[in-house]
Amino acid sequence: MQPQGTGPASFVDFQDVWLAYNQELLEKQQFAVEAINLRVREGEFIAIVGPSGCGKSTFMKLTTGLRMPSRGRILIDGQPVTGPLKISGMAFQAPSLLPWRTTLDNVLLPLEIVEPYRSNFKRDRAQNADRARKLLARVGLDGYADQFPWQLSGGMQQRVSICRALIHEPRMLLLDEPFGALDAFTREELWTILRELWLEKRFNVVLVTHDLRESVFLADTVYVMTKSPGRFVVRKEINLPQDRDLEITYTSAFSDIVHELRSHIGAIRKPARAAPAQTKETAP
Amino acid sequence: MSREQTERWAPLILLVLIVAIWELTCTVFAIPEFIFPSPLEIGRALAEFTAPIALAAWQTFWVTMVGFALSIVVGVLLGFLVGSTRLAYAALFPLLVAFNAVPKAAVVPILVVWFGIGLGPGILTAFLISFFPIMVNMATGLATLEPELEDVLRVLGAKRRDVLMKVGLPRSLPYFFASLKVAITLAFVGTVLAEMTAGDSGIGYLMQTAGSQQRMALAFAGLVVIGAMAMAMYELFSYVEKHTTGWAHRGSENV
Repeated sequence: MQPQGTGPASFVDFQDVWLAYNQELLEKQQFAVEAINLRVREGEFIAIVGPSGCGKSTFMKLTTGLRMPSRGRILIDGQPVTGPLKISGMAFQAPSLLPWRTTLDNVLLPLEIVEPYRSNFKRDRAQNADRARKLLARVGLDGYADQFPWQLSGGMQQRVSICRALIHEPRMLLLDEPFGALDAFTREELWTILRELWLEKRFNVVLVTHDLRESVFLADTVYVMTKSPGRFVVRKEINLPQDRDLEITYTSAFSDIVHELRSHIGAIRKPARAAPAQTKETAP
Repeated sequence: MSREQTERWAPLILLVLIVAIWELTCTVFAIPEFIFPSPLEIGRALAEFTAPIALAAWQTFWVTMVGFALSIVVGVLLGFLVGSTRLAYAALFPLLVAFNAVPKAAVVPILVVWFGIGLGPGILTAFLISFFPIMVNMATGLATLEPELEDVLRVLGAKRRDVLMKVGLPRSLPYFFASLKVAITLAFVGTVLAEMTAGDSGIGYLMQTAGSQQRMALAFAGLVVIGAMAMAMYELFSYVEKHTTGWAHRGSENV
């Protein structure tokens, strides 16, 4: 039932990865995430769920090479990570579009920065703009390319943000609670859009969320993280059909998976509640 | 009259009202001109001394503009430096705050010793008094960058310079224009201050001379001219601000 894996080699490979945010914390043995072992196939969609402050965002920083692990090794596509990985695109809960740029120019922003597009940006402008317009049309924003961000609704802005993350055709898309600020209907609509985009282009996706239904509907594999210590405790393969319709979220098979994951988080929370030390964000 | 029209004419109506009350007070209480001239007397002085006032106003205007131009250049450069590098912020900012707190009236005599009576102190005082808001605003605009956006760009290999040019600078533009409005009025204060204490021309000098001769109507005429010039420049920069960085004001008006 799993997507056709491309060979035995994993695309993302975390080998016993630990991260403390600075030297001081390292000496005190306070890690934001610890003992992460993870193997992700090429083209796999994974979701990471867990309570806030459990180190989900830290995991993203490690995967993109924005942070180096204190211990352990990270391989992406067989290569050790040594710095920011340009093959990744990121989108966050806040669309953080630039208000002085049109939708189109916002989407094109990465191409002004990342090579090889950067050097030829002026020359290939028309071609790039064409690609951006197609991508925008793909997420249902046909005709909005020349509007400014403030003229768009929150859901539309988030779609633009996702287009911006995808314009340089990254092999890895990292989404940090991208639908967290949207209303339920818009959110579900964007789920299906994201799912379709992924089925079409088959990039790797790492989705950080605390919406269990979202993680089950979207991902091939869901990982559950605990807070302090930030560890991966459960790995759950979602054996739902590849062509997923929103209807599936009302089936009992779907609810059973959500329920099961929920019970893992419930089990995790009990000892955490007993411990007094809590609610510290792991971000620096 | 619609609400919008009322709002537009409100300052003018208020001005007329104040002038009327002022005129009435001076007439009713028969206040002598050398203590507190009435608007009519000020108007008469303006008409009578149009040529010398215009000359002085022109002098003050261009001295202010030169000082203001200096403060834009220095303010932007310093603001860029302070806003874009942490070390520069840590090192420079406290010193600049201390410097800004120094009363500029106390600096003018020193400038006179260095540059003599004349234009030098005027230009420099205008500059010294007005570069600070420009610098602070530039620095603030550059420093307020969402960490998420920085991640989005950094992962693509953006250098600090890229982030500053693509995001920091455009974002600081509205702050910059807002600061220009404040700075231009301050620059006028600086010029007039220098002209009054150590000038040999300009509106400040004219007011100083008129005051010492107890020609209060003329001194007040100088005040009116300065006020009008500062207001005109303020409006000019507000206009420029609205038409260059409209995206930053979308909430308050219907763009």
